[in-house]
Amino acid sequence: MGEALRLALAIAAKDVRAELRSKTALLSALVFAALVLVIFNFARDPTAISAFLLAPSVLWVTFAFAAIVALNRAFTAEREHGALDGLLLAPVPREALFLGKFLANVAFVATVEAVTLPLFVLFFNVDLAAALPGILGTAALATIGFVAVGTIFSAMAVRTRFAELMLPVLLLPFMVPPLVGAVQLTARLLAGRPLSEMMGWLRLLALYDVVFLTLCTLAFSAVVDE
Amino acid sequence: MPFSDGALLEAVGLHRAWGAARVLRGVDLCLGPGEALAVVGPNGAGKTTLLRVLAGLVRPTRGEVYVLGRRLERGTPEVRRPIGFLAHQSLLYDDLTVVENVAFAARLYGARDPVGVARRALEEVDLAGRADDRPRRLSRGLLQRAALARALVHGPRVLLLDEPFTALDAPAAARLRHILRARLEDGAAMVLVTHQLAEAWELATRVGVLAGGMWALEAPREGGLDAFVPRWEAAARG
Repeated sequence: MGEALRLALAIAAKDVRAELRSKTALLSALVFAALVLVIFNFARDPTAISAFLLAPSVLWVTFAFAAIVALNRAFTAEREHGALDGLLLAPVPREALFLGKFLANVAFVATVEAVTLPLFVLFFNVDLAAALPGILGTAALATIGFVAVGTIFSAMAVRTRFAELMLPVLLLPFMVPPLVGAVQLTARLLAGRPLSEMMGWLRLLALYDVVFLTLCTLAFSAVVDE
Repeated sequence: MPFSDGALLEAVGLHRAWGAARVLRGVDLCLGPGEALAVVGPNGAGKTTLLRVLAGLVRPTRGEVYVLGRRLERGTPEVRRPIGFLAHQSLLYDDLTVVENVAFAARLYGARDPVGVARRALEEVDLAGRADDRPRRLSRGLLQRAALARALVHGPRVLLLDEPFTALDAPAAARLRHILRARLEDGAAMVLVTHQLAEAWELATRVGVLAGGMWALEAPREGGLDAFVPRWEAAARG
């Protein structure tokens, strides 16, 4: 277990280092997130629906699309020059390989979310002060789940001819449960509702994380091995 | 079970098909310490597929591969540890420097001092001066040396080399032969797929001609290359 964790951290550190050099995924995702927020901000009719009611959906749609942009990059670098073969040849259990890629993707998506959140506050003029710890916890729970699924679909999509198109097609249906849960929780957090009203959605997110993290870890070998 | 005690690499009845195309049709091989098999053959003979099957990157449709007596199959990462693989592509990341790439490979194989080991591997292939460059800034020949350092960094006992002399100038090719000969003397086994048999001739202890996915000829190296070429051509013609 210790060795698998060491290998996973080495793979994640490699991905983070490469991304900090190229900034391809982070910059694209951040610019994309900012654009989505700008479009939502100017496209809505403030007299028809208040920013407060719209805010949870906008926040999570922005997170979801920006995450897909970031996840698209996860295995593209492995495809260049056959680097994935180098990973598959090494004595690395596939579970450790999945965990490494997953941790790096969580770091990328969390960074995008962390930068997007202040922009969201700026555009939608929402007071997050009281709800911030809850929203951060919700973001962590939802992100873990859809990044786990996104990591395995990214590995699958990269072997197809239209990887950039395939990933959203594969991933979006699986993002529905965590997104619905996250939107519901965010709405209740912003409205200052009691914790008892949120327990069902919290359980849904936690269950999704456990089920899909386990399934994706176990299925990863079938996806990457010939 | 493997047939031969002490074999470092053994393949038994390897078949591989891609759809209807049967790329490998019953390939056997057995290499012990210090043995090097040079594999030649026409384009499409199955040479690269054979190497990828031996490395565990492609599963054989039928047949088995044993590395140091242990069967190579899915879910056996430790069996792959003694393998060093030089592919057509460099297996390097463009956004890492050469030394970072080689150190990353060393880290995957559990090296205690990955950066130190990587720098020594780059010195061995005479690339220490370009260690901090990105791969995209290297010429094809220098990239091949970096890929070689990556393949050798963990001291593999089974070397699978696909066109190792590609793009190397004469001094670099001589240096590579020297490195590979030293590995053989240390007890490694080697499969070299090549179109430049002259480059690999001195290293090889056996020569195999692959044609149509099966051995047209597989025998110990005897005599000179000039005498072998007509046999090779006759075997390849079938």
